[in-house]
Amino acid sequence: MPPLRLNCYWINFRTFQTDNAMNLKLKNATGYLMVTPYLIHFSIFIAFPILFSLFLMFHRWNIISPMEFIGLKNFYRLIHDNYFWRSIVNTLVFLMIHVPLQIITALFFAELLNQKIRLRGFFRAAFFLPVVVSGVVVTMLWEQLYGFETGLLNRMLTTLGVDKIGWLISPRMAMPSIAFMATWKNVGLYIILFLVGLQSVPAHYYEAAEIEGANHWQKFRHITLPSINPTIFMVVILSTVGGFSLFIEPYIMTGGGPLNSTLSAVLYIYKQGFFYYHMGYAATLGFFFAVLILLVVFLQKRFIERDTEG
Amino acid sequence: MIKKLVIYIFLILGGLLFVYPFFWMISASLAPESELSELTFLPSIISGQSYRQVIEKIPIIRSFLNSLFVSLSITAGVLIFGSMVGYALSRLQFRGRQLVFYVIIFTMTLPFQITLIPQYILMVKFAWVDTFLSLIVPYLMNAFAIIMFRQYFMSIPKDLIDAARMDGCNELQILYRILWPNSVPALITVGIITFMASWNEVLWPLIVIRNESLMTMPQVVTLFAVGGRAESQLGAKLASATMLAIPIVLAYVFFQRYFIQSMTTTGMKE
Repeated sequence: MPPLRLNCYWINFRTFQTDNAMNLKLKNATGYLMVTPYLIHFSIFIAFPILFSLFLMFHRWNIISPMEFIGLKNFYRLIHDNYFWRSIVNTLVFLMIHVPLQIITALFFAELLNQKIRLRGFFRAAFFLPVVVSGVVVTMLWEQLYGFETGLLNRMLTTLGVDKIGWLISPRMAMPSIAFMATWKNVGLYIILFLVGLQSVPAHYYEAAEIEGANHWQKFRHITLPSINPTIFMVVILSTVGGFSLFIEPYIMTGGGPLNSTLSAVLYIYKQGFFYYHMGYAATLGFFFAVLILLVVFLQKRFIERDTEG
Repeated sequence: MIKKLVIYIFLILGGLLFVYPFFWMISASLAPESELSELTFLPSIISGQSYRQVIEKIPIIRSFLNSLFVSLSITAGVLIFGSMVGYALSRLQFRGRQLVFYVIIFTMTLPFQITLIPQYILMVKFAWVDTFLSLIVPYLMNAFAIIMFRQYFMSIPKDLIDAARMDGCNELQILYRILWPNSVPALITVGIITFMASWNEVLWPLIVIRNESLMTMPQVVTLFAVGGRAESQLGAKLASATMLAIPIVLAYVFFQRYFIQSMTTTGMKE
């Protein structure tokens, strides 16, 4: 093996014409060699699973006994599966609380951080802390804060003379509680994203508006909001896709209850697949849910783009 | 002046809102079980009892080592392979290059829910269930890492690469000896995101690992919280959660700037 030429990093930048025919052919081969591991990995772990799930959807199979062709029965079952539709509705409820709350909270704190203040780095780091911690930790922690009898939140409410809230035990409150927790966990990331967006708005826009006599709200509505529209779009898409993968929070906190009010779609697919071993049906659910996600993201994109133009 | 004051008050309240719960968790994990229902700030005496229970009941140290091994393997693989594919896509000419690029973009938009079940079946057929292979190999390639490296390498002057080639470096040497030392920010970003994502991943381990001695740390802690072994002892649960949080929080404290930069340049969370 020839020794590595460590010094080739230090030579001067000079332009060489190296693209003769011989060299191009060589580079061709190297290029293929370098993407081959990716293509193999892609074929095994992505392309094959997608094709296989299309095949699985027409079968009943628990992995152990032989596969049984059942035609469209999985689709028929899906259409009449109240749990599945319930899980979709639950996931949408989660998103309808989580996404707007996320944007409002993140914008609020980003605006505060964008003022001339000391210790900006310190506050930024504090807001960001829940983002890096595992969702498992956050969920176990909030399970205690949400506790009915001795949870910290209800104790505070009692001190204030307000009735206790059944954060996780009331079917109406459980999903909003989880959505609030998820917002608390992720908002630090979006604060920073918005802060970057806010800092890129040219200062003379605001100065011009001030000369015209615009107040705070007018400046926010007519300068800030339009300028950070791309960031808002990004945050909407990221938190939507993130929300659609809601799993570990209800898995730990509620197991999908009370009365299936926190049964998320991924949790339901997990139960069908790895609790009941209905592989064919779980694959069908996964496929439909993925199509739904792509549809929602596509619609959001269309809606926001139209809104920007108008 | 009053405006400033209001801003600081809101910022401090916000800071407390995000940090105080963690403080409470650590404080509660060190409190005697009897004080938990009234605890708001610090316990009257510090007790290591909850931690002793965790260590006695679940293989938490073992799972920490498992997680470390799995996450480091994935991170190394993603850096090595991701930069290789990124290099080929940005700096090498070959037919079908554009197609490979579109395939990678496609996998980035693909919801994981569609491949979850068939991937598990694949693991069963490969007999990879209850081995580290199932935790590591499916994650060795990462579309986002490839794209990050591709973008970064495109910003490195072509002359540098041509010069190295004239000097006799082959393509792998160019990549690992010349581009890597010039791409430290990209390596850090991809490294941190990958390590964090694999450290915090819990759905996939729950599916493919059933043998307790091979479980990852978040998985062991999750099963401790959900299963009956915590015997509804809050202190022990919170101690296990604290132990799970400590490694990544320590890393965050030391590399805070990089964490925030990495995650905001990519918009990624776990």
